[in-house]
Amino acid sequence: MQGSTIKFISSALVVVAVSLTATDLKISRQHPRMLSADTLSQPAHFGFGRPATAAEIAILDIDIRPDGKGLPRGEGNVGDGKAIFQQKCAACHGVTGTEGPNDRLVVGDTTKGGARRIKAIGNYWPYATTVFDYIRRAMPFNQPGSLTDEEVYSLTAYLLNANGLLAENARLNAKTLPQIKMPARDRFVPDDRKDGPEIR
Amino acid sequence: MLAGAAAASIVLVQTASGKAFQAALTAAELGPEDPTKVPGVPPGTLGTRSPFEKPVKTPSDTSSRTPLQDLHGMITPSDLHYERHHGGVPAIDPVQYELVIHGMVEKPMIFTLADLKRFPSVSRIAFLECSGNYRGSNDGKIRPQEICGLTSQSEWTGVALSTLFREVGVSPKATWFLAEGGDAAVMTRSVPVHKGWDDAIIAYAQNGEAIRPEQGYPVRLFLPGWEGNANVKWLRRIELADAPFMTREETSKYTEAVGGGKIRQFSFTMDARSIITYPSYPAKVEKGWIEIRGIAWSGRGKVTRVEVSTDAGKTWQNAALQQPVLDKAITAFRYLWNWDGAPTEIMSRTVDETGYVQPFLKQLLAARGGNMGYHFNPVTAWYLQGDGQVLFKGT
Repeated sequence: MQGSTIKFISSALVVVAVSLTATDLKISRQHPRMLSADTLSQPAHFGFGRPATAAEIAILDIDIRPDGKGLPRGEGNVGDGKAIFQQKCAACHGVTGTEGPNDRLVVGDTTKGGARRIKAIGNYWPYATTVFDYIRRAMPFNQPGSLTDEEVYSLTAYLLNANGLLAENARLNAKTLPQIKMPARDRFVPDDRKDGPEIR
Repeated sequence: MLAGAAAASIVLVQTASGKAFQAALTAAELGPEDPTKVPGVPPGTLGTRSPFEKPVKTPSDTSSRTPLQDLHGMITPSDLHYERHHGGVPAIDPVQYELVIHGMVEKPMIFTLADLKRFPSVSRIAFLECSGNYRGSNDGKIRPQEICGLTSQSEWTGVALSTLFREVGVSPKATWFLAEGGDAAVMTRSVPVHKGWDDAIIAYAQNGEAIRPEQGYPVRLFLPGWEGNANVKWLRRIELADAPFMTREETSKYTEAVGGGKIRQFSFTMDARSIITYPSYPAKVEKGWIEIRGIAWSGRGKVTRVEVSTDAGKTWQNAALQQPVLDKAITAFRYLWNWDGAPTEIMSRTVDETGYVQPFLKQLLAARGGNMGYHFNPVTAWYLQGDGQVLFKGT
C-alpha cells in the first residue's frame, strides 16, 4: 500500500515536471529570457501606484531632445557665457576650455600630439542641444542644478562660439539652438555588431 | 598578517574568560591561538569578514574596481561590487522615493518603493560591466582588478519592466525610453523599448538584501548583458518616446571610434570575455600542479566554452566550466596544469552561444581602425617567469 502510494506520487511528480517543462518552453518563446509561467495569470493592471499629474511630471521632465523639444524660454549670449565660464567652470575645464584638468570642451589647437583623442564639443558632440541639457542637469560639478536657464543658454553660447560654431554676437534660444549643425553629427553610426561570430 | 592576528586577539581579550593572562601578551608573543581552548565570540547581529581577509576595491575619482584576483566562484560580494558614478553616491530616503513613468503611455504613473515591491518579482544572477573596462601595462605589473575590475556579478531582484510597461500602457509606437537617475549628475540614457519588454528589471535588491547605495539604492535599472552605464542607478524617471534623446553619456562618452572616421553609438551589448584570475600578477607560483582559474562572461547569452593555452597560444585545451552556466552571467572555469617551471605564457579565451570567439588585442585594433576605446574585451595573457613571478602580457 505504502509502496504503491510512493509510486503514484513519484509518477505524478514526473507528469507535473513534464507539463511544467512544456509550459516553460512555450512561454520562453514569447519571453526568451524569463521563465514566466506565472505571468500568464497576471491581470491586465494591478492598480498599484497612482496617476502622475501634469504638474508632477513637469517638475522632473527636464530633458532636451535633439529637435529642441523641452528647451525653456529665455536666451543667452556669448559675452555673458564667457564671464560665467571664468567664474564657475574654468577651475575644472581651463580658462579657454582646453586646459583641463577635467573634460576638454573646446577643440582649440589640435596640431600638438594626441589630436585623435580630443573629444571636445566642436569635434565630437553630435547635437548642440546636448550641451544645454547636460550643463543644466549636472553642472557646475560642485553646485549641480544651480544655474538659471539664461545662464545655461549663455554658457552654451560661449562654448559653441569658442568651438567656432556660433557668431560672437548671436543670441541663443529655443529656436536658434536646435538649428546649429554640429561637425561630428554625420560621424555617428548605430551599433553595427550583429551578435554573431564577427569581431567588430 | 600581523595586523590581522592582532585584531583577532583583541576579540578574544574582550570576550574570553582568561582576560588578564591574554592581555599580558603582545600580538607578536601570542603566536597562533588555539581556538579550542577559549570560548568563541557569541552570535551577532551582522556577520563579519575574517580579520585575516582584507579584499578591497581600488577607487579613483570616478570608479572603484573589484578585486577579481581575490574572489572565488561567480558571485561578487555586494561590498566589493565595482562602482562607477558621475556625480557621487546620493543619499535617498526610501520613504520619499518615487519612480515616474510618463511620455508615450496611456496612464502616466508614480510608483513608490512599496508599490514596486507589491508587483510580481523576478530575480536573476547576471554580470554588470562598465564598457570602459580595459587597462594594459608595459611593465606587466597589473592585476585583474586593474585590467578589468569594472565587472561584477550579483543576484538582482525586482519587478520586470515589462510588468510596469503593461501597467502604464506603453504605446506601441514608443521605440525608446529615457532612464534618469536621481543623483547629482541626474544621469540619463536612452534605451530601446524592446529591451524593456524583453528582460529589463527595475531592481530593488542585490544578493538578497536591498541594493547598496553604490549600486543604486533604492532602485536601479538592470539591463542583463548591456553596458553598465545604461543600467541607470537611483532611477527616478522613465520617459517613453519615439526617438533616442541623445544625452551626454550616449554621445560624447560611451561611444567608440571604429575606423574611417566613424563613431559607433548605442553599442549596448557586452561582447564575450574571460580572464585568468589565478595565477595572475602579483602571484608568484611554484612548478608542479597549478589549477588555473578564471571567469568568463558574455552579454549575448551563455558561455559555451573556455579554452586555455599554456604555450602562448600555440595550442588550446577546454577548461572545465563550473555549474551553473547562466545566460549573461559570469561563469567560473578551471584547468588543471602541471607546470614544468620553464618560462611560458598562459591565457584564456571564451566562446559564447552565438559562436563569438573572444579576440586578441591586435584583432580588436584591426577591426576598429587602430582605435582603442569602449568595448575592449581582448584575450589577457600572463607571463610566468622562471622564478614563478606572474606578469601581465598584452595580446
